[in-house]
Amino acid sequence: MFDTLKLIVLALIVFFAALGADWARDPAYMVHALLIIVIAAGLFFWQLRQMPVEAGEAVRVSAPRGYMDGPVRYGVIATAFWGVVGFLVGTYIAFQLAFPALNIEWAQPYANFGRLRPLHTSAVIFAFGGNALIATSFYIVQRTSAARLWGGNAAWFVFWGYQLFIVLAATGYLLGATQSKEYAEPEWYVDIWLTIVWLTYLAVFFGTILRRRERHIYVANWFFLAFIITVAMLHVVNNLAIPVSIWGSKSVQVFSGVQDAMTQWWYGHNAVGFFLTAGFLGMMYYFVPKQAGRPVYSYKLSIIHFWALIFLYIWAGPHHLHYTALPDWAATLGMVFSIILWMPSWGGMINGLMTLEGAWDKIRTDPIIRMFVASLAFYGMSTFEGPMMSIRAVNSLSHYTDWTIGHVHSGALGWNGLITFGALYFLTPRLWGRAQMHSLSAINLHFWLATVGIVLYASSMWVSGIMEGLMWREVDANGFLVNSFADTVEAKYLMYVVRGLGGVLYLAGGVVMVWNMWMTIRAPEARPITVALPAE
Amino acid sequence: MTDNPKIDPTTGTETTGHSWDGIEELNTPLPRWWLWTFYATIVWGVIYTILYPAWPMVSGATAGLLGYSTRAEVAAEIERVDLSNADLIDSLVTVDLAVLRDNEDLHRFAVQAGRSVFAANCSQCHGAGAGGVVASGYPNLLDDDWLWGGTMDDIAYTVRHGIRNEEDPDARFSEMPPFDWMEDAELDATAHFVRSLSDLDHNATAAAKGATLYADNCSACHGEKGLGNREIGAPNLADAIWLRGDSQEAILRQLKAPRMGVMPPWQARLGEAEVRAVTAYVYGLGGGEAAVGDAEAAPAE
Repeated sequence: MFDTLKLIVLALIVFFAALGADWARDPAYMVHALLIIVIAAGLFFWQLRQMPVEAGEAVRVSAPRGYMDGPVRYGVIATAFWGVVGFLVGTYIAFQLAFPALNIEWAQPYANFGRLRPLHTSAVIFAFGGNALIATSFYIVQRTSAARLWGGNAAWFVFWGYQLFIVLAATGYLLGATQSKEYAEPEWYVDIWLTIVWLTYLAVFFGTILRRRERHIYVANWFFLAFIITVAMLHVVNNLAIPVSIWGSKSVQVFSGVQDAMTQWWYGHNAVGFFLTAGFLGMMYYFVPKQAGRPVYSYKLSIIHFWALIFLYIWAGPHHLHYTALPDWAATLGMVFSIILWMPSWGGMINGLMTLEGAWDKIRTDPIIRMFVASLAFYGMSTFEGPMMSIRAVNSLSHYTDWTIGHVHSGALGWNGLITFGALYFLTPRLWGRAQMHSLSAINLHFWLATVGIVLYASSMWVSGIMEGLMWREVDANGFLVNSFADTVEAKYLMYVVRGLGGVLYLAGGVVMVWNMWMTIRAPEARPITVALPAE
Repeated sequence: MTDNPKIDPTTGTETTGHSWDGIEELNTPLPRWWLWTFYATIVWGVIYTILYPAWPMVSGATAGLLGYSTRAEVAAEIERVDLSNADLIDSLVTVDLAVLRDNEDLHRFAVQAGRSVFAANCSQCHGAGAGGVVASGYPNLLDDDWLWGGTMDDIAYTVRHGIRNEEDPDARFSEMPPFDWMEDAELDATAHFVRSLSDLDHNATAAAKGATLYADNCSACHGEKGLGNREIGAPNLADAIWLRGDSQEAILRQLKAPRMGVMPPWQARLGEAEVRAVTAYVYGLGGGEAAVGDAEAAPAE
């Protein structure tokens, strides 16, 4: 009965997608409708083949037991794949800025900087980071709750639904469908789809916590839960829009003017705060003590810094809108909350680093621990730099310059990237039942490629950003501007080349990791894959 | 899973007694320096929000004890610069442009200001070095070849009103009609003749044929000898400077579907002082012409 219903729903989806493909008002919508037809039709036939030939002969399959690691395994592979894609596009657009001829004529308008840039940011934040968060949260919540994922195949729906979201978003950008909101570019129907997937993710995660067999909820899960709930709220509010037509991708925002800007940066800053900070702190709170084999440094600190972080982050958004149409009072509050946020952010760094107390020697011997330590160091640096840049006077120099780009990347490449690599190296042998990673020296090589890459990136962007800011405001004795915009572009050329080289190194590190994971997964099984629930 | 705290042997600190997948937690108190710094930022935050506009109320927001506002700050800075330049600006706005160069201090001020105005507003089309862009038909301002005249007053007029725009009724205006109705052979002959005017390689037979066509169709604007007419912005065809290329193909393209430059009016955006300043700057780039003689006598070169 339920299977028949699924077939009917799939058939209806194919039908409406076919209408959409025929009546599409723009190429992105048409390509997406065709994609939906192919996927829904494929699922339809797959479902048909699964149906029992004779009714009434239902085979009773016993409920699966143990941890559900299938979606985690797929998630680990997806993380590595999207990571390399995101780094590759990022490196390419970095060179596009240094050498504009790389906006190749015959590939216009699809491969110009303007369309590839959101592809890069979404690929690294949402595809690489998002898959890492979903996979690790599914792994961690099961182990720290001693419970199988709630909701049966819902976890699979979350994984595949999220990949579909990524493909729709990425192809949409290339075909010109965007609502022009930074980090929230996908158009209305992609947003609706992500909302469905995300609420399912929340249900699976929360359901698993509710059926936990541990009395307390582990700190990592607080962070994951805060991340999932807040991102759901941010995503829905910032994407409130009315489609121009249900047969086209274009939509009109509900908010306008400075209200829209404020909503966008309330969203944008909390995408950093909850997606890239809270979620990844959840990863940190599991993998660092696990890999170090040490207890978490301070339970009290974890409570205080969790609640302080959650409460304060949500107010910090207006610091993105200093010296704009936003009223001064809102900008002041954004700046003040950003600065008070400094210590709560550092609480996570202290708790991570001090967990190594008694295991400091592992920095020398264990490249995975070294990645975690470097990651926390970059986290600490970025969360100091961020509050500093939110100060009005500093922001008047740094805003709109490459300094911001450098800041974002020392956080993204350093904190998010390195901790994810460490987590992938931790998970791969365990999920595929191998004794250890294929090559420890390759992990070491990856660490150095990534670290030198980040240093080249961040330092070149500091120099370029501060130089650019100073050139923009340089006036002569009579108060006349000294430089034209083109002068600053010319002056940044060398820094852009150095930045691109940093990207090449970081990308090379990612490729080394993929090779290492591939060789590990191909190696013979050395120990049982952990599926059994632990004894009470 | 039961809560039974024990002492961690490495640090000597008590654990909370919980364990998740083997992970335990120490009961370390909050680091003092962390807590006090946190408190300090909160105290600073409270003080700052009292001093500066911060808290939203029913109508409006608290203004802060310092009465600070970003708009007032910018306005004060602009006023300071305006005041310090007020005398020079006043002289610049009233001076007869033709004799600006005689007042050395004022002229230096005008050129300096003009460089800045040019960098911010003009360099996008005419290039940072004012060399123009042949591929896009943006004129070179470094040479002494002027489409609409190169005296101080001519340049100032062009800057004020622009060329062929729809915003300013006083914009300089002219239109070259397309000669796509001509036979291909006729077009070709005309182009050969045009190239002959400046001694470029050309087919003499074709050019001879083209001479008649030129006299009938082109000389009204470009002059019998191709010297152009600045009254209507008709370019000089007899010199070595070509706005849109000197090849046979480029000339044919221009004959069949003429492209004509557009320049926005800058009067409203820049104001009189900056218009005059940028005029002085452009004039000084190398091609400025003295206002002596009769402007009507152009195109004399």
